[in-house]
Amino acid sequence: MTEDELKVFVLGAARFFSMMSQTAAQVGTPYLREPAESVMSDFSAVIGISGNRRGCVYYTAPRAKVEALAQLFGETNMSDDICGDVVGEIANTISGNAREHLGAGFLISVPVVIRGRADDVQFPDDVPAFVIPIHWNGHRSTLIISLKDEPASSRAARTQ
Amino acid sequence: MKMLIVDDSNVIRRAIARQVAGSEYEVRSAGNGHEALQVFDEFSPEIVTMDITMPELDGLSCVEAILNKNPATRILVISALADKATAVEAIKRGAQGFLLKPFTAEMLHTELAELLID
Repeated sequence: MTEDELKVFVLGAARFFSMMSQTAAQVGTPYLREPAESVMSDFSAVIGISGNRRGCVYYTAPRAKVEALAQLFGETNMSDDICGDVVGEIANTISGNAREHLGAGFLISVPVVIRGRADDVQFPDDVPAFVIPIHWNGHRSTLIISLKDEPASSRAARTQ
Repeated sequence: MKMLIVDDSNVIRRAIARQVAGSEYEVRSAGNGHEALQVFDEFSPEIVTMDITMPELDGLSCVEAILNKNPATRILVISALADKATAVEAIKRGAQGFLLKPFTAEMLHTELAELLID
């Protein structure tokens, strides 16, 4: 992943919070996740990426933050289902918005939502995972980008 | 006026329903393209808001299927997919508007108003 590509997700996260709330988020500098580092929180969503890139985009947040985010969507019902849906929608929005810069070949899956601390989520060994901390309204959440280029020759071989 | 809201996110369906509550819309919703076609047959909405990335049947295919059933239906695609090609494809398939997520209530009302003027 290039620095410019990471910047797409940093700006995407900042844009989401500035559009949805009166309070801007402070999006921290991305850093490379250490293999043993635990980054997952109470609610997580994973978007699978295919096409011109391969990998995943993860968004994870503690329950208190997800409940605060749910209020931005007008929710007063803070059930696990609603909280899961909120993290799924945020992961979907930030990933989908990235196509403005990464192109229509950046294919995103529907979100897979994980409730409870997903510490056993396996990150691929061969793809670096960049952690982007997001501070908003006194809460921290995390965007994790783990992507590699998918050359056209590999894509063609995969579809045969 | 009858409105069908199609999105696989319950939070988004509920948010859109709240944003148009109190206006002239009678609202029903569906969580994927197949369910949307069933609700469309029962409810006969004049306006549809349509997500694109959904399980089972995607939104662009659903736009075509709905317009085959009733070409007079006004369809606003609401999606996070921010590349120009997707917006162009949505319009090519027959949608009258495209609203990028995330969006505010004001943006939604503006798009819906334009949909009805067109």
